[in-house]
Amino acid sequence: MRISVKKWFKNGDPYVWINAGAVAISMVMVFGLLFLIASRGLVHFWAHDVVQAEVEAKNGDQYTIIGELVESVEVSAIQLREAGYTIPAGQEHLQRNLIKMGNRDITGADFRWVLDYRLENRRYPADIVVMERREWGNFYGFVKSVKEQNSIVAEGDKAWPEFESRLERALTIYDDIHDIEKSEIGSINAGMERLRLKQRSLELKGSLSPQAQLGLDEERAILDAQYAGLQQQLIDLYTQINRDSVVVESMDGTQITVDLAKVVNAYQPNAMSLMEKIGFYFKKLYEFVSDEPREANTEGGIFPAIFGTVLMVIIMSIIVTPFGVIAAVYLREYAHQGVLTRIIRIAVNNLAGVPSIVYGVFGLGFFIYFVGSGIDEAFFPEALPSPTFGTGGLLWASITLAILTLPVVIVATEEGLSRIPRSIREGSLALGATKAETLWRVILPMASPAMMTGVILAIARAAGEVAPLMLVGVVKLAPSLPLDGNYPYLHLDQKFMHLGFHIYDVGFQSPNVEAARPLVYATSLLLVIVIALLNITAVSIRNRLREKYKSLEM
Amino acid sequence: MGIAMSESSLKPPSLDFNEPRLVRHRKKRKFKDSLAKVTIGAGGISVIAAISLIFFYLLYEVTPLFESAEADRISSYEIPAAEAGKTVFSGAEEQGEKAFRVTETGQVVFFNTVDGSIHSTEQLPITEGLIVTSVAQADPASRTFVLGLSNGQALVLKHSYQISYPNDKRLIEPYIEYPFGKDGMQLDEEGSSITNISIALSESAFVVVGNNDKKELFAQKFEQEEDFLSGETRLVPEDLSLPKLNVEADFIIAEPSMRFIFIGTRKGKLQVLDLRADPEDIINSTVRIGDRDTKITNMTLLLGGASILVSDSNGETSQWFMVRDSNNDYRLQNVRTFEALGGATTAADIEHRRKGFVLGDKNGNIVFYNSTAHSTSLRINAEAEVTRLTLAPRANHLLVETADGNMQWWKVENEHPEISFSALWGEVWYEGYEEPEYVWQSSAANNDFEPKYSLSPLAFGTLKAAFYAMLVATPLAICGALYTAYFMAPALRRKVKPSIELMEALPTVILGFLAGLFFAPFMEENLPGVFACLLIVPFFILLFGYIWNNLPANVRHFVPEGWDPALLIPVVIFGGWISMAISPLIEVALFDGDMRLWLTNVAGIDFDQRNALVVGAAMGFAVIPTIFSITEDAVFSVPKHLTQGSLALGATQWQTMVHVILPTASPGIFSAVMIGMGRAVGETMIVLMATGNTPIMDVNIFEGMRTLSANIAVEMPESEVGSTHYRILFLAAFVLFLFTFVVNTFAEFVRQRLRTKYSVI
Repeated sequence: MRISVKKWFKNGDPYVWINAGAVAISMVMVFGLLFLIASRGLVHFWAHDVVQAEVEAKNGDQYTIIGELVESVEVSAIQLREAGYTIPAGQEHLQRNLIKMGNRDITGADFRWVLDYRLENRRYPADIVVMERREWGNFYGFVKSVKEQNSIVAEGDKAWPEFESRLERALTIYDDIHDIEKSEIGSINAGMERLRLKQRSLELKGSLSPQAQLGLDEERAILDAQYAGLQQQLIDLYTQINRDSVVVESMDGTQITVDLAKVVNAYQPNAMSLMEKIGFYFKKLYEFVSDEPREANTEGGIFPAIFGTVLMVIIMSIIVTPFGVIAAVYLREYAHQGVLTRIIRIAVNNLAGVPSIVYGVFGLGFFIYFVGSGIDEAFFPEALPSPTFGTGGLLWASITLAILTLPVVIVATEEGLSRIPRSIREGSLALGATKAETLWRVILPMASPAMMTGVILAIARAAGEVAPLMLVGVVKLAPSLPLDGNYPYLHLDQKFMHLGFHIYDVGFQSPNVEAARPLVYATSLLLVIVIALLNITAVSIRNRLREKYKSLEM
Repeated sequence: MGIAMSESSLKPPSLDFNEPRLVRHRKKRKFKDSLAKVTIGAGGISVIAAISLIFFYLLYEVTPLFESAEADRISSYEIPAAEAGKTVFSGAEEQGEKAFRVTETGQVVFFNTVDGSIHSTEQLPITEGLIVTSVAQADPASRTFVLGLSNGQALVLKHSYQISYPNDKRLIEPYIEYPFGKDGMQLDEEGSSITNISIALSESAFVVVGNNDKKELFAQKFEQEEDFLSGETRLVPEDLSLPKLNVEADFIIAEPSMRFIFIGTRKGKLQVLDLRADPEDIINSTVRIGDRDTKITNMTLLLGGASILVSDSNGETSQWFMVRDSNNDYRLQNVRTFEALGGATTAADIEHRRKGFVLGDKNGNIVFYNSTAHSTSLRINAEAEVTRLTLAPRANHLLVETADGNMQWWKVENEHPEISFSALWGEVWYEGYEEPEYVWQSSAANNDFEPKYSLSPLAFGTLKAAFYAMLVATPLAICGALYTAYFMAPALRRKVKPSIELMEALPTVILGFLAGLFFAPFMEENLPGVFACLLIVPFFILLFGYIWNNLPANVRHFVPEGWDPALLIPVVIFGGWISMAISPLIEVALFDGDMRLWLTNVAGIDFDQRNALVVGAAMGFAVIPTIFSITEDAVFSVPKHLTQGSLALGATQWQTMVHVILPTASPGIFSAVMIGMGRAVGETMIVLMATGNTPIMDVNIFEGMRTLSANIAVEMPESEVGSTHYRILFLAAFVLFLFTFVVNTFAEFVRQRLRTKYSVI
């Protein structure tokens, strides 16, 4: 029964095992990566317990630390000794914890590495408050008192409920302010800009008559009046929102006063039950996908990025679908099947392998600097020298990606067309249908799942592509969405945000990478899920289609 | 239905096919058919045209780089105000509309460049009877020049222009400024005439160096000081007290850092004085430029002030600059010699914004050179001895003064002189470098910067990244594909293939992010573990395989054939975990507790956190699916009767694999590797995020690189449209396009042939 090692090697089994191992390694890599993203991305929304502990610093000082445990790693004692720690002999490997202690305004840094064994007297007081703020990041500490116009209204145990209800009110007011500032004042600004351009355009044409000027001035006066009204409303709201403040104490005993206007959310994670935490989790998840980013994209939601990606992909598919299908139909059904067609087919196929950055360069040079500048000179001279289409924007990004994904659609559609048996075409033609009728009524409906596959694959590719977009119109922070209530509603010339670029930007360009990392994992997870779903759909459609035609060929 | 059929078969339908309605209908159908044909044809062809537009547009942007320069003589006229005397200095203004000449009698004549009509004349504040004996220009962007007079004085001037737009028409009003006052500075107390002069200018000080007709060399530094009370500025002279040197200087040049003085002697020697050295060591070096009879005919400081251009009586011009050696000493180095002009140089001028210059000779030859590219951009002929050359600041016009008393106004189109084959791919000795090097450095803060456009480090970085990626991907992908296609159970295969396809669809930005922010620090901390993994995991796999094969049959049959990878997954995970767990132990045992420090201090290998290993792993991950699916396809479509035949003859599974399947499928595997290579070469986001993006040329696996694609992504948004830099980035994109296109086409061709081969078998 026992096989000797020599014999085992002789019959080649080890090599088969090595090959099997390669498959296993690949699988571990794929699923390990997905697991990594998922595990890091999903915990971002969980309300972690906040620990309070005594720490002995490197120089022997004792201090209290309050914060969330983020990560722990093993470090060798040698490295630590070199770094100046006094590590008792005998301990060669120590655990080091990364603690998020927030309070950037007090301590200067959000995170601190602490050796595990130096964390003493760990406790989880129920009244620790985590406060998400609009600036300076999170606050960890205790609520001491609530103030209204500098006079204390609640203290001690009563402070937290009072704080919660007042925070509710402040958030409602904040929403009102945000509404006015973003949509109403935004639309007035858009109107003003339109009037300015109208006037400039008339000036350029030399036909700015006194009447026209009068009309423009009147409109401007109306907008000004509206603006003044809103301004008054805003002043009122700001007075209201600035009424309350809260006094909080941080881990080192510093008391600071935080205006409620600056608080986004506050909770006591140690006092939450499991159900409450689950509820909180979904609330945070919803906020993540529906809110705007805060603090240079490192906190808050990613709604504009999702919106930008989706809108760009939609415009791209509107462009790529008809052209891709027409090209495929031409190549497969109409073109003479000779050497030239074969060459074209191979060329189209190979375009899918051309680096995406090349398409970006092409988009930048041809669409933006060549076509875009031309359009600006012809149609938007009033806005010059600030470019309208002569700079990166939604339209150019969509078209660039449409060209990038064109081969995907062409190849998939062609494959679908080639799988339709000749007999079906011939049957239709024999019954007297013209070629166009055969195509329209028989072939295209049968090939439609293949087209779908192509379009879905194209969408999946476009959604994940970043390199070309960096050249043709993606920005880290767009002031407004490219689709809004102001004429012409869909702003094709506007720059937009994109999930993939968001990952690059927050992960690599942000000043506080450590704090932003969970958010990047969460964003990556979202992107991976979307793309995986798209791909699985496309693959299953394709497989079903293949099965279907297999039966037809019989 | 049966009834309907029998009825219709009884009564033949009375259909008149030529009934007008049907005729109309037929016509309509025919029209629709041809309409469809035309639209689809037009649509299809236009899509294909649009795709080929990419190629042509890239080419269109790249070609100007390689177009040769051109120049046309616009006009020729007599020297304006010839009666005012010989020209000692000339210059032109930014737009090339106006130019001026300074005569030896101290008159400045401004004239229109196109027709030579005089715009205005200005008499400089020099005592009557004095003549200008020498002139020198400071950095051309400062528009400042100095005149040396026959009474030992020097006067600093600046030509300035006031531009206004009355009635939307540009009006240029030239005038002369005196940045340091209208009174000349007495350089030579004895009042002998100054035969040579040179000026070096900084923001608040300048140095004037010259010699007089008694071979005496003098140098003076002037600091501009502001009076605290009155706010007026005044010049504080400081004598640099040069030692008495008995050299017959024909040319004297002071460079802007105010340290070195270059002297060209009558005997054909170059002498460098170091003002920062001790007075007795002031002569840094003396070099003879050629043989004994070779004389220096011209010496000019190149833009930026680092290099001097020396023309000799043999008609050759060479570039020299000070090179620092390992002892921190500077020595004068002949860097390159340019193509001969024809005759001895009689006139020279430098470009104001690039490292270019133009020379003219007795026979009327005028040649444009570029120093970095070591190239000759253009040769023209003025048909008379050239006495003065003046380049307009934008280097788009040239004013030529000839010995026959004429001036010629040339229009020059020389957009990209800094490009030559050697500048793009060769080692270039850049100013300030110790030796020739491959450098990519496209921009800097200052204007007189020498752009370094060597694509070599970028191409090298691209290939390095691709190489390490292929090193990771090829074995894993090919081995995995062989197993999946040949040994794997169909049920498992149906799960593995979509997983690999999913792997292909993962956005590279996510891979780059994980590589840069997760894997790079992880690897830095567990460096020994990562390498241990390479040994431990295969060993564990083999060990497990051996044990498994020795298990009793009833245990082995518990898992169906072809499900081995599923068994191996825990083994791989365990192996990886063990490797990481023993990583600190290895580190303590072999690398003094910190492999990273050990690498730098003991092994002398530089270590970047984001290095080629990280890129290799991340990009390998991105390339695996590409290679995997094509290889799998090729292996799977090897005709079954071949393998069955081999097995029937008694070969083992592995023998069949090696001797039957691999040879048959090898073209397919080859094309898979090619296509994978194409993907690795063009990948942008991973290298952008997982390397430090420093353009270095080093094969060290622990250092980063910059690839062509990442370079485009980094620099394209900031590059000026139409500039050389912009076009070089287009060239990089074009190279990437061509490379991947050619590689993919070749691979596709190989695959197609393979397919035909299979169909024959």
